[in-house]
Amino acid sequence: MPRREFLVHLLVLGVLALGPWWLSPYNLSLLGRFLAMSILALGLTVVWGWGGFLSLGQGVFFGLGGYALAMNLKLAGLAPGDLPDFMVWSGLDHLPWWWAPFRHPVVALAAVVLVPAAVAGLFAWLVFHRRVRGVYFALLTQAFALALATLLISQQAYTGGFNGLTDYGPLFGVHLTDASAQTTLYAVTLGALCACYGLATWLSRSHFGRLLVAIRDGENRVRCLGYDTVPYKVAAFALAGAFAGVAGALFAAQVGVISPAMVGVVPSIEMLIWVAVGGRESLAGAVLGCLLVNFGKDWVSSAMPSVWLFVMGGLFIVVVTVLPQGIGGLLARRSAPGPAADAAPMTPEPAGP
Amino acid sequence: MTELGLVASQLFNGISLGSILLLAALGLALSFGLMNVINMAHGELLMMGGYLAYLAYRMPVGPWRLPLALLLAAAGAALFGALLELTVVRRLYGRPLDTLLATWGVSLLMQQGARSLFGPVGVEVTAPDWLAGAIPLRSIGLPGVELPLVRLFIIAVAGVVLAGLALVLTRSRWGRLVRAVQEDRDMAEALGINSRRVDLVIFMIGTGVAGLAGAALALIAPVTPTVGQSYIVYAFLVVIVGGLGSLTGTAAAALAVGLLSAWLQVFTSVSLADVLLLVVVMAFIQVRPRGIVTRLSRALEEA
Amino acid sequence: MTNGPLLQVEHLTVSFDDFKAIDDLSLTLEPQSVRVLIGPNGAGKSTLLDAIIGRVRPSAGRIVLRGTDITRMPAHRIVRAGICRKFQTPGLLDSLTVYENLALADARGRGWRAALRTRPTRDQQVRTEQILQLTGLTAERHRPAGRLAHGQKQWLEIGMVVASDAELLLLDEPAAGMSHGEREQTADLVQRLTTRHSVLVIDHDMAFVERLRAPVSVLHMGRLLKEGTLQEVRQDPQVRAVYLGRADELECDCA
Repeated sequence: MPRREFLVHLLVLGVLALGPWWLSPYNLSLLGRFLAMSILALGLTVVWGWGGFLSLGQGVFFGLGGYALAMNLKLAGLAPGDLPDFMVWSGLDHLPWWWAPFRHPVVALAAVVLVPAAVAGLFAWLVFHRRVRGVYFALLTQAFALALATLLISQQAYTGGFNGLTDYGPLFGVHLTDASAQTTLYAVTLGALCACYGLATWLSRSHFGRLLVAIRDGENRVRCLGYDTVPYKVAAFALAGAFAGVAGALFAAQVGVISPAMVGVVPSIEMLIWVAVGGRESLAGAVLGCLLVNFGKDWVSSAMPSVWLFVMGGLFIVVVTVLPQGIGGLLARRSAPGPAADAAPMTPEPAGP
Repeated sequence: MTELGLVASQLFNGISLGSILLLAALGLALSFGLMNVINMAHGELLMMGGYLAYLAYRMPVGPWRLPLALLLAAAGAALFGALLELTVVRRLYGRPLDTLLATWGVSLLMQQGARSLFGPVGVEVTAPDWLAGAIPLRSIGLPGVELPLVRLFIIAVAGVVLAGLALVLTRSRWGRLVRAVQEDRDMAEALGINSRRVDLVIFMIGTGVAGLAGAALALIAPVTPTVGQSYIVYAFLVVIVGGLGSLTGTAAAALAVGLLSAWLQVFTSVSLADVLLLVVVMAFIQVRPRGIVTRLSRALEEA
Repeated sequence: MTNGPLLQVEHLTVSFDDFKAIDDLSLTLEPQSVRVLIGPNGAGKSTLLDAIIGRVRPSAGRIVLRGTDITRMPAHRIVRAGICRKFQTPGLLDSLTVYENLALADARGRGWRAALRTRPTRDQQVRTEQILQLTGLTAERHRPAGRLAHGQKQWLEIGMVVASDAELLLLDEPAAGMSHGEREQTADLVQRLTTRHSVLVIDHDMAFVERLRAPVSVLHMGRLLKEGTLQEVRQDPQVRAVYLGRADELECDCA
C-alpha cells in the first residue's frame, strides 16, 4: 500500500475509533450497525467486483450468521430445561436437537462464521461445477433468499417466524443492552471490520485475487491456461458468506433483533446498491458506499418515508448506467487486484481517458 | 372427495399454476433468451397490466370490458417497455448483470409509483359473469371436483399467447430477423438488419405479454403494488429450467414446475413446497445445467 | 522422454447438428516438431484445435497424448496433461499487465499454496523473465495487456502458452494481422520454441508458413487432404483444386 494511502486509512480508522467520544448515542448505534453491514459489503466486492459473479442472496448468509448468534442469546440466561419464549407460545415442550449446541457461546460464535461459509461454499459448488452461467447463479441465489425467508417465516415454532429472534439474554454474562456493552460492541465491530478489510486487501494482492479478476474477464481463457476455476469461485463465495455471517451476527447483537425481513429478496438486492454506489471493485468504496446509502436511507426515510424507494430506484438506474465504477471510480484509487485504476473491465468501453 | 378426485383436482391445480407461471415467464424468456437482458421489472409490468385492466373495468363499455382490459394492458405495458428499452436497457447490452440491477431500480420506482397512485391496498378486477361459474366433474365420476371457468380462461390465454408467439417467431419474416440477430448479431447487421430495432421490438413484445398476463392474472388475485414480486422469482426459475431461447422449453418448464408445486402441496405446506421447489431445481441443473431444451452451439460454453 | 508419437488423433469426427466439421480425421505429431495446418475457410482447422483442447466434444474417435486418452477430459486437465492453445482472437486479460498475464499463465501458479502468495517465487520470476526475453516484451512488462500493439499482443499470447509449460503448443493464426517484419519475427520465435515444445500452427499466410520450414497438413471439409512439405503440397493437383480460383493463396509472394 502506498504510504499516502496507508495514512488516509489510518486517519479514517482513528476518526471511527473515536466515535464514542464525538457521536450521540443514537448516531453511534447507527454507525455501529452500518459498519457491521459494511463487512458484508466487503464480501460483495470480492465476489462481484473482482470475481464478476453477482449474488442476489447475500441476505441468506447475513441471516445465518445473525440467527446463529441470536440462538445462543435466546438460550443464554435460561434455566436448564426452560425454552425460549416463542417456543413456549408455539407449544413446543422440548428444545429441538439442532438448537442444543448453540447453548455454548463458543459454538455459536464459530457457527457465525462457519455455517454461512459452508452453506455458501456448497451452494456455489452445486451451481458452478456444472458450469452454469453467471447469470443463472445470480437468479438462483435470489431463489435461495426467497426460500430461506419463506422457511424462516413458516417454521414459527423453531425460528420465531415473522418476528424473528429478539429479546436476548447475556453474552458471556454481559447484557448487550447495557451502555458500556454498546461501546464494547462498537469496538468489536470496528475490530472485525479492520480484520476483514485487512484480509481482503491481502487477497487483492495475492495470486488468488488476480485469478478472480482473470476469471471475471475471461473464464474460459483461465481454464485454457490450466486452472480449474471452480474451487477459486467457491472459495471466494464461501469467504463472502463468512463475511456476511459476521456482519449478521454483529448486526443482531447491536440492534437486538434478527428476522426474515433482513434475509429475503428485497434486502439482499439492496445490499448490492451499497457496493455499486461505492464502486464495485474497491474495498474502501464498499465501506463508504454502505455508510452513505444507509445514513442516506435513515435520513430520507425518517423525513419523507414515501420518497426513499424512489431514491433507491433512481440510484440503481443511475449508478449502473452512468457510474458503473461508483464513487470509487471517480476517485480511481488502486485497491482492486491488478491495475484497476486505468481499466474498467465491467464496461465494454473504457470509462476513463 | 375421493382419492381419484384429489388427484384430478391437484392435476388441474398444477396445470392452472403452470399456465400462470407460463404467462409470467414468457416475456422474460423472450428478453432473456433472445437479448440476454434480465428484466427484473418484469413483475412490475405484470402489476402495471393489472392496474390498467382495473382502469379499463371502470369504463362504461359493457360486455367489452374484458377484451378492452386485455388490450389496454398489453398495449400500455408494451409502450412502457419501449420507453424502458430506449432509456435504460439499450445502454447495457452485453452486461446482463447490469441490466438486472438497473431494471431492479425501475421496479422499485414502479412499485412506489403504483403505491402513490393507487394506494398500498390491492384493487380487485372481477371476472365477468360468464366466467363466474365452474364446471363440476360429478357426471364423470369425480364428485366434489370443480374446474373454475376463470382458471380455464387463464389456461386458454396462456395457450393462445404461447401459440401466437411461436407462430410469429417461426413463421413470419419478422421472426426470421429475430432469429438471425440471435444467432449472429454482427452477421445480421452486416446483412443490413437493424438489430437495434429488432431488440426494441422483442423487448416490447416481452413487456406487452407481461401486461396481458397481468390483466389476466388480475381476474384471480387482487392487484397490489408488490404483486409482481410474488411472480418474478418463480418466473425466473421457469426460464432457467426451460433453457435459453426456447419457447417449448419455457412451456414445458412452466407446466413441470406447476405440477410439481401442486403435487408437493399435497404432502406439505405451501411454504415448504416453495423451499422444496428450489431444492428440486438445484438438483435438476445438476443433471441438465442448460435447461430442458438446449441448442447445440459451436463452443461448449459461451460467456 | 519416451519414444513414440506425442499426439495421435484417431478417426476424429465432430458434428454440429447435421454438419460434420471434422470427418474421420487422423493425424500424428512427433515430439519437438512443428506442423502447419492449412486449408480453406471452413475446412475445420479451428474446430480440430477446439476438439483437442476439450472445447467441443467429438462425436466419434479419440485423441491420445503420450498414450493417455484425453478425449473427454475437462479443458484445464488437458492443459495440465500438456497441451496449451493460443486462440485466434487475442484472449489476454486486458486489465492485467504483461507481467501479470505471464505470471497467471505460469504453470507454477496453479494450486492453493501458489494462489495465496502475494509475490511470485524466485523460480517463477526467473521463468517469467525468460519468457519476456523470448517474446521481446521485456520493456513492456508493466503495461496493461490491453494497451499493447497488435503484434505484441500476439507475442504475449504465445508467451502465455509457453509459460503453461505444455509440451504441445497449438497456435491458431499467430501471425494474423501482422506486418511483414513482425511475421518473420513470429516465425523465428515459433522455431525457437521447438527446443522444448512441439508446435501445431494454423495459418493462411504462405510466406509465414514457408519460413517455418515445417511439414504441412492440408485440411478440406473436415478431412485430411494431403501431408508433405509446402513444396509438395503446393504442386498437388487435389490441393490446387480445393484452392481453385484462389491458387494465388498458395503462393508466398502474395504479401
